[in-house]
Formats: sequence, C-alpha cells, structure tokens
Amino acid sequence: METFLFTLFGGLALASAFVVVTARNPVASALFLLVTLAALAALFVLLDAQFIAVLQVIVYIGAILVLFLFVIMLLNLGYAYRPDVRPLPWRLVAGGVGLALVIQLAIAVQPARSLREAAGTTGPEALVALQQAKGVVGAVAEPLFSDYLVPFELTSILLLVGIVGALLLAKRRLD
Amino acid sequence: MVALPEPAAAGAGWEPFLPGWIVLLPLLGFLVNGAAALLAPGRKAIPTWVGPGVIGLSFLIVLANLVSILGAGAAEPVVRSYWTWIAAGDFEVAAALQIDRLSIVMALVVTGVSFLIHVYSVGYMGADPGYARYFAYLNLFVFFMLVLVLAANFPVLFVGWEGVGLCSYLLIGFWFQEPAKAAAGLKAFIVNRIGDFGFLVGLFMLFAYTGSLNFQQVFAAAPQAFTYGSAAITITTLFLFLGCVGKSAQIPLYVWLPDAMHGPTPVSALIHAATMVTAGVYLVARASVLFALAPFTSGLVAGVGALTALFAASIALQQFDIKRVIAYSTISQLGYMFAGVGVGAYAAGIFHLFTHAFFKALLFLAAGAVIHGLHHAWARVGKHPTEDEVQDLRNMGGLRDALPWTSWTAWAGALALAGIFPFAGFFSKDEIIWSVGARGLTILWAVLLLTAALTAFYVARWAAMTFSGETRVPGDVRRHVHEAPTVMMVPLILLAAGSLVAGWLNVAPGLPFLPGVSRFHDFLAPVFEQAEAIWLAHAGEFEHVAPVGGDEGLWAIVTLALAGGVLYAVFLRVSARRLLPAARAPEPSGFARLLYRKWYVDELYDRFIVRPVLRASDVFWRVVDQGLIDGVFVNGSGAASRAAGWALSRLQTGDVSTYVVAVLVGVLILLAAALGG
Amino acid sequence: MLTESLLLSAFLFTIGVAGVLLRRNAIIIFMCIEIMLNAVNLAFIALSRYVGIEGQIFVFFVMVVAAAEAAVGLAIIIAIFRHYESVDIQNFNLLRW
Repeated sequence: METFLFTLFGGLALASAFVVVTARNPVASALFLLVTLAALAALFVLLDAQFIAVLQVIVYIGAILVLFLFVIMLLNLGYAYRPDVRPLPWRLVAGGVGLALVIQLAIAVQPARSLREAAGTTGPEALVALQQAKGVVGAVAEPLFSDYLVPFELTSILLLVGIVGALLLAKRRLD
Repeated sequence: MVALPEPAAAGAGWEPFLPGWIVLLPLLGFLVNGAAALLAPGRKAIPTWVGPGVIGLSFLIVLANLVSILGAGAAEPVVRSYWTWIAAGDFEVAAALQIDRLSIVMALVVTGVSFLIHVYSVGYMGADPGYARYFAYLNLFVFFMLVLVLAANFPVLFVGWEGVGLCSYLLIGFWFQEPAKAAAGLKAFIVNRIGDFGFLVGLFMLFAYTGSLNFQQVFAAAPQAFTYGSAAITITTLFLFLGCVGKSAQIPLYVWLPDAMHGPTPVSALIHAATMVTAGVYLVARASVLFALAPFTSGLVAGVGALTALFAASIALQQFDIKRVIAYSTISQLGYMFAGVGVGAYAAGIFHLFTHAFFKALLFLAAGAVIHGLHHAWARVGKHPTEDEVQDLRNMGGLRDALPWTSWTAWAGALALAGIFPFAGFFSKDEIIWSVGARGLTILWAVLLLTAALTAFYVARWAAMTFSGETRVPGDVRRHVHEAPTVMMVPLILLAAGSLVAGWLNVAPGLPFLPGVSRFHDFLAPVFEQAEAIWLAHAGEFEHVAPVGGDEGLWAIVTLALAGGVLYAVFLRVSARRLLPAARAPEPSGFARLLYRKWYVDELYDRFIVRPVLRASDVFWRVVDQGLIDGVFVNGSGAASRAAGWALSRLQTGDVSTYVVAVLVGVLILLAAALGG
Repeated sequence: MLTESLLLSAFLFTIGVAGVLLRRNAIIIFMCIEIMLNAVNLAFIALSRYVGIEGQIFVFFVMVVAAAEAAVGLAIIIAIFRHYESVDIQNFNLLRW
C-alpha cells in the first residue's frame, strides 16, 4: 500500500513538475505547481512528517502559491503571453546539464543506502516512537523552542525584513 | 636640552671632556637657525648670537680637550660609542666618536676658523635677506665637518663626508636665484659624487679584507690582512684616494672648486679653503697605515699632489677675479699637502693643513672685505656693476689707502702663502718640499720648488693689483670705499696673527739659525707611529739631503730667496705698471692666454665628458625611459591589462541564464570532485 | 523508501534546474526555483526518518526563507514589470560590464 501511494504521488509530483516547466501559460504552470506541492505534502505524510505536510499545504499552497497567482493576475500575464521557452541550443544545454546532474545525484544517493543500513536499528521506528511520545507537533516544537530558539526568533526578523522590502519594492513611486 | 648618554670610555686613563657636545652644539645651532629661517626670516638677533655662539662653545670644548690631552699626555684614542647604528650579521657600526690627537687638531682648526668666519659673516651677510638660512647652513656644515673629523669608523666619517658635500652644494648655490650660481652648486655636488663613489668602493673592499670598518680594528688588522704592496691594498687605497681627489679638488676632479667661488665669500673661506677641502688630506692621514702599506698609491698621491700644485699655480698666474686667484691657490696648496702625505710625511701634511687654514681663510676674508667695501661704494654712487666687474683685479688697484687694515692683513696672508719667513707658510711648506726631496723624488721636488716660486708670483700679483699702484676705481666710487665694520676686521686681525705665529709650533731642526721646535710633530707622533714604522721598514729613513746635494737648511734658504725674490720683483713691476680696467683690457695672448683660459680644461671636460653624458642622457631619456620603460613596460602592461580585461568582460553578458549555466557547471565540477574524493 | 525518495528528489531538482535554464518568464523561473527547494525538502524529510527530527526542523526554516524570498522576489518582479512592461528575463541584463 505504501509503495503504491509513494509511486502514485511521486509520479504525480514528477509529471506535474514537468508540466510546470513546459506549460506555455503561466497560470497553468502555477496550477500544476500546486499539484506538485500537494503531492509532495502527501509524500511527507508517508514519510512520517505530518506536521511539515500540514505546513506545506498552509504555507506553500495557501500563501506562496496564491501569491504567485496573485502576481500573475496583477500583471495580466494570464493571457496574451508570448511563448518563452528558449530555442534549441538552450534546450541542448539544459538537457546536458540536467542529465549530468541527475547522474551525479543518483551516484550521490548510493551512500544513502549504506546509511540506512547502518542506521537500521534507529530507523523510522525511533522517529515514530518520538512522535507517539510527544505528539506530531510536539516532536518538532520541542527542539524548535529550546535548541533552535535563536534561529527561530531570527526568522521573525527575516520575515519582517521581507515584508518591509516587498512593500518598498512593489509600491508605486509617489513622486 | 638633550642629555647625551656618556657610556664608559673604551680605554682607561684620560677622559675626553664632553666630546658629544662638540658635535651636538652646531647641530642645535642648525636647528635653531633653521627654525628661525622658516618662522621669522626677518629677525636677525637669533642667528647673530646663536650662529657664531654654538661654534664658539664648541671651540672652547675642543680647546679644553686639547689642554687636557697635553696635560695628561694621552696618546691612545678614546672612542665614545653612543648607539648601534647598523647591525647586520657580523657587520656592526656604532654611532661613535673618536677623540685622539689627530681628530682634536682637526676639530680645533674646524671650530676655530669656523668661529672667526661665523663672526665675520655677521658683518658680511648682515644685509642679506637669507641671513638666518645662511647661518643654518653654516652651522650644519660645521656639524658635518666635525662628524667627519671626529668619526670613529668609516661609515660615520662617510656621513660627515656626504654631509659637507651637501652643505657645500647648499652654500655655493646660496643665491640660487642666479642660474650660474645654482649651476656651480650642482657642479660641485656632481663632481664630488664621482669621488664619493670611489670612497664607497674603498669602504666595501676594506670591510671585505679586514672584516670591520672601525678605525682601530681596521688599522690594527691591516698589516695582517694586506701584504705590503699587494694588489688588494693598492686597489683599495686607490679607491679611497679617488674620494680624496674629489673632495680635496685634485687633478682631475678639481674643476668644481674654482666655480665654488660663486657662493658668499665667507663660505669660500670656510668650505673651500680651511675645512672641507682638507677632508681628503685628513682621510689619507687618518688611514695612513693603509696608504703606507700601498707604496704605489702613496707615490700616486704624491705625484698627483705635486702635479696639481704646479698646474693650479700656473692657472692662478693669469686669473683676474680676486677670489678665483685664491681658489686656484687653494688647489695648489692642497697639492702640497697631498705631496706631503704621499711621501709619508703625514705630520708635515697636517701641519701645512693647519697653517694653510689660517692664511687661506685670511686671504678669502680679506678679499671679502675688499669686495664688501667696493660693493658698498658702488651702491653709494647708485651704480650696480656685475659681480664679475666688482671682483676683477683690473678694476681695483691702490686700495691700500682706503683699506689699510685689510691691506696689511691681506699682505700677512700673502706672505704666509708665499712661504716667506717668519710667516706660517714658510715652515710648513718648506717641510713638505724637503720631505719630498728626502725621499729622492727629484722631479716632484723640483716641481714643488718651481711651484713655490709661482706661488710667490701670483700672490704678489694679486696683492699688488688689489692694494698697490694706481687706482683703477672711478674717482667718485673711490671716495666711498671704506674699511669693513669691526665685526669683520677682528677675525681678519686674529687670522693674520695666526698666520704669523702658527708656523712656530714646528720649526724643522734642519733650518739654520733657528731653534728646532717639534711640538706639532711630537703631538701627532703617536697617531702616525704605526704608519711611520711601515715606511721605515720598507722605504727607510728620510735622507737629510736634497736629491741634488745640499742639506735642508741650504735649500730652505734657496727656496726662501727664490720666493722672496719673485715676490718682490713682481710686486715692484705690477705696482709700477699702468694697468687697463677690465672693460678696456685685451685678453691675454700667447701662453698667458692658455693660462687665462685655465688650460681649456673646462672646455675639454665639456667636450669629452659633459656633452657625451648629456647626449647619452638624452638617449636614455627618450629611448630607454620614455620608449622602453614608460612605453613598453608601464603603458604596455597597462594596455595589456586593459586588453585582457576587455576580452574577459565579454564573458559578462548580463544574461542571468548564462550565469546560471556557469554556476551549474561549477556545481557539477564540485560535485564530481566530492564524489570522486 | 529512502533511496526512492532521494532519487525522486534528484529528479525533481533536475526538472527545476532545466526549467530555470529553459524558460524566460521570470515568474516561471521563480516557480522552478520553488520546485528545487521542494526537492531539497523532500530529501531532508526522507533522511530525517533515519537521522533525527532535525531534518524536519530544517525544512521548517527553509519554508520560512522561501516565504520571505517569494514575497521579496515577486515584489522585484512587479517593480521590473513596471519599468519594462515585461517579465522576460532577457531584458534584465544590467549585470555586466
């Protein structure tokens, strides 16, 4: 069952990501990005990261992606677009680089097998036990508010800076 | 006030009295006067008192040291080391002063004559706008000269050596607004550089052979480090002598000294007569051990000295500038000194240096007094003739009545220079001539005898043309010629007295009718002991006979008669002749013209050295500097950078996607490296 | 499932890279960057099962940064659009000599 679901959502994510890249209409790209993100949220649940999956839906799909759509519509890019996929030389370059990257990453994944074997005793069971003991949210929240408190607080500053920067950049000049 | 550290003396026994202050006082004077020149050039009170004052104090300290040396009978040099100046591996040089009998004699001459000249300058330069600057330079000069004579090692001596060269340049070109004077300063500096090069090479060689540059170590090690007459010591001393030739204006590097007369007259007296030019003689005497070990160099020193003496004297015969005659006479007398130290008669050379300082400073200052009087007289009648016209002997004559004191003191100097008994020059010059003859150097001896006659000739001509005969100064100007102020006359009188008595410090025992006195020789004997031992071992005792027979006394009388006769004859003849003023006088003809034109040496140098160097410089400037260095190296590398930059900037397309590709390629390479590793 | 997840992450990432290279529309390039971020997130989540909860915490931070970045980045795109009336990345070539 898990394998089935993994294959389903993994395939869905890959396919819709492919469409994001190839779709001519930016709105279509955005909507297929939604599918990719949702499929990844499902994969996160399968991988015992329920809290992150919920965040994925709320933050990524609910906030970031909506922002994308909002900007597309604001700029009237939803129609009368020009095809913007680059010509053949760029496709060859992209293909070559992508192929090389995939090969290298695939090779890089090899050590992960031995990692799993080495960590066999503290495999998914340890994480599941932790989540059962503290709750799915508590497992993430406890280190976040203890060991990672300072970075966590810093993110609030980052967000504040992001808000100010976005306002400053996007507002019309009043002069 | 700066408190000088006085570390423990190197040798026990006699202690010098405040040796550091001898040198330090003129330096302080320089700083004070220099500050005055910069801050308040119009205020004359500070330079007037500080300038001569520091030198006077220095003189008193030197005098105290001299008295205490005489009292204690101290023969060994005392070295005062103040701080380590250079330390590199085995090579160590301290800023050290050496007080011994030779350096104290030199310091006495320097400070004593300088003091009188400083006092004289108060009057002579009183109206000059650069008054404070003048005294600053003068004090600085005395400082460097004292560093030179009191140095305890060659590098410190070299500091003084270069320093006096610098001050010489500054003072000759003191009136730098006039191109000829600035050029004269430059000439002195450049010609001195040639000699300094030789001096430096000599120092390097000395260090290479003896492993030290301290006087005491070098001279102690020299007899072991060098074999007598070997090529090494000969070449080393030849290089050192090249330095002496430059500094002391000997053939072929004498040309700067006559031009140096463009400076203020007291400067000519101080630098180009009494002190700086004697540095070469001092160096040969100081390094007497080295020169004694190199008979060839010593012979060359004597030969160059005798030749220069004759050559310069011959030029002096036909010069008409009141200062130029004395300038050539200085070169000639320096030649005598070199002839003396070249045959191993070091004390005699230094003795002549000592007496010469008196009468040559006197002659220059007297000339200055004449110029001063004439200059003011011309100014009174509202005319401003050129400097050359004022100083031309043909425009003088008969000034004896207007300038009686100047005339008498100048005659005292003239007689001393001519070597007339009982003036100082007689004793010292006679001793040198005799020493050269006693070595069996017949030709040099004859040359020096001839030169003595020539000296009498030109100095009599000089004095007679200035003070005697019919006056050639226009009547209205003549009435306004007055004696210089007291502040200038007192130094003249003191120097005249010195010219009269200084010779009596050392009366050669061979002279007839006179008591033999050898105070000066005895005093310096410990300094030259080592060198004289070497001479004795290899060249033997001085023969007490002249090369052509007759003893010292006989030849002294002959010399005296010769000089006296020439002097008197010339005096009578010049006084009696009606001379034409310079403007109407024809240029001398025949041989006299050759002398008047100074053997065309300046023209020869110009033709064969100066012009080729200038032409080569032009080539170096245009082709090598502008073309190769500026063009190829500097601009070329700049252009190459620009071209490379331009080519590389083509990679910066500004297209973000291209950059992304570049980043990705970089990531792939790094990833491959990480995986491969 | 670890290997599979990591391979999936690699493929997703590569698709994102290819998208960045192929498209000229700045907004779509931005989306491709989001894909790449998500691909990395997936790798973190997959590994966190074996290594510890820190992987999930890291993903949390990545999301925060992505949110801030999206806000600022889109504001930049808006500003540029006002200037050029276009979001074609070929118009943005000021990063040169």
